Amino acid sequence: MHELDLKAIGVTGINQKLYNIPKDSNERHWVIRNPMGQHAIACGVDGPLMIDIMGHVGFYCGGMNKEAEITIHGHAGVGVAENMMSGVVWVKGNASESAGATANGGLLVIEGDASSRCGISMKGVDIVVGGSVGHMSAFMAQRGNLVVCGDAGEALGDSIYEARLYVRGRAVNLGSDCIEKEMRQEHLEDLARLLDRARMKHRPEAFRRYGSARKLYNFNVDHADAY
Amino acid sequence: MCGIVGLYLKNPRLQPQLGAMFKPMLIEMTARGPDSAGVAVYRNPVKDNEVKFSLAHDDKAFNWRHVEGALEEALNCEAAIHQTGTHCILVTDGKEEDVVKWLKANAPGVRVVGSGHTVEIFKETGLPEKVYDRFNLGSATGTHIIGHTRMATESAVTTAGSHPFATGADLCLVHNGSLSNHNRLRENLKREGMEFQTENDSEVAAAYMTWKLRGGATLKQALEDGLKDLDGFYTFLVGTADGFAVVRDPIACKHAVMAETDDWVAMATEWRAIAHLPGADTARIWEPEPATIYTWGGNA
Repeated sequence: MHELDLKAIGVTGINQKLYNIPKDSNERHWVIRNPMGQHAIACGVDGPLMIDIMGHVGFYCGGMNKEAEITIHGHAGVGVAENMMSGVVWVKGNASESAGATANGGLLVIEGDASSRCGISMKGVDIVVGGSVGHMSAFMAQRGNLVVCGDAGEALGDSIYEARLYVRGRAVNLGSDCIEKEMRQEHLEDLARLLDRARMKHRPEAFRRYGSARKLYNFNVDHADAY
Repeated sequence: MCGIVGLYLKNPRLQPQLGAMFKPMLIEMTARGPDSAGVAVYRNPVKDNEVKFSLAHDDKAFNWRHVEGALEEALNCEAAIHQTGTHCILVTDGKEEDVVKWLKANAPGVRVVGSGHTVEIFKETGLPEKVYDRFNLGSATGTHIIGHTRMATESAVTTAGSHPFATGADLCLVHNGSLSNHNRLRENLKREGMEFQTENDSEVAAAYMTWKLRGGATLKQALEDGLKDLDGFYTFLVGTADGFAVVRDPIACKHAVMAETDDWVAMATEWRAIAHLPGADTARIWEPEPATIYTWGGNA
């Protein structure tokens, strides 16, 4: 295990250090101290590292992550794991707005609550939230799974494409073109796998599934007057 | 893009450190607003029969002593002036309206930045750290303080266009965001007798609050009405005589975070501003909900 002190070397110092580790290195486990809410910590990591960040982080932590397992031992600011490609970003506390925005792959676990626009424009990531998510979550979500163990705020899944949304609690209301869908065996199995990976002890049967009605995919000539 | 910060001390023993605790919070928000900065500090309350004015003049060499003497003579009142840079704190037992009227007629370059019993407002163009130091705020003692770092998007970078904006006795507002209906609203408010110093959208929000409060609304009612009448995106932090209030627009895309310990309550655009406070690591931390009014320390 190696320690990096953000107060001493700054965000650029930390990130440069992480980029310079060769892919075949045995120096895999890195602990970052004194994050002080700074932005873009462990952003753009491209290798199978284990990174523990000991405190609250600012915006875009773990953004563009590839392969690394990043654990935030605190709360995360706006856009945690934004555009993640693979690997894991695990938030022990809560996450601010736009968690997992546009992320292509990997797993984002938020043990607490996530704020508004969680999973906005997600493109294949799996997101598991232990608590609730705020308004406009999964807005324009394209692919991947968003699992919410608590409640979902207003306009869940507005203008959603092919992402799957699972909510255990109450969805205040659904956004445009988002509907409740039948929970089939394949969905229960997928959900069980995701809950297991996120170490959440809920029964898949307790969740409801939401997805796209696919009514916005094509122009509807009956609505021409509205334009 | 702008940064807003507020600190309210629950533990009176910390009051001598208010300015020192707040300094790194404001400076941390420099990246969000390097154009100008402003602070409203609540300290040294004056007697019930007195009013405290925060005044400013663009000319640093302006003769404030002359204003002091002439005002005393004209209104037959006591007046004491304390100058710090381009600003000056005037304490007087003259009637507030008479003082404002007299200043307008006899000291045309003087701007009334704020007034009340406790508030003192200082704001200027320049890097937040420089502005803070220019007004000796690092050594400020007080109960609470709010601040703003500005990156202008809607109007010119001027001292008059920087925040906080006064909204009434001991009340002032800082704003992160931009309003889209401020031109129409400004015209409507002008018809109601409100006056404007700038083309700034936040000044319109402040004037709107002032107008509502003059009409008898409580601060909470004024903010609730604002949610209906102010179009755009915003997080507002409003300093009051004994605390502060926070409100975000219903979409809440302008960031805001709050934290509380046994010793203090803090609000900031970004967590990194609050991270400097003692005990921040173990504070209770949350994001203010959209269209919800939060108040501290006062009867809003």
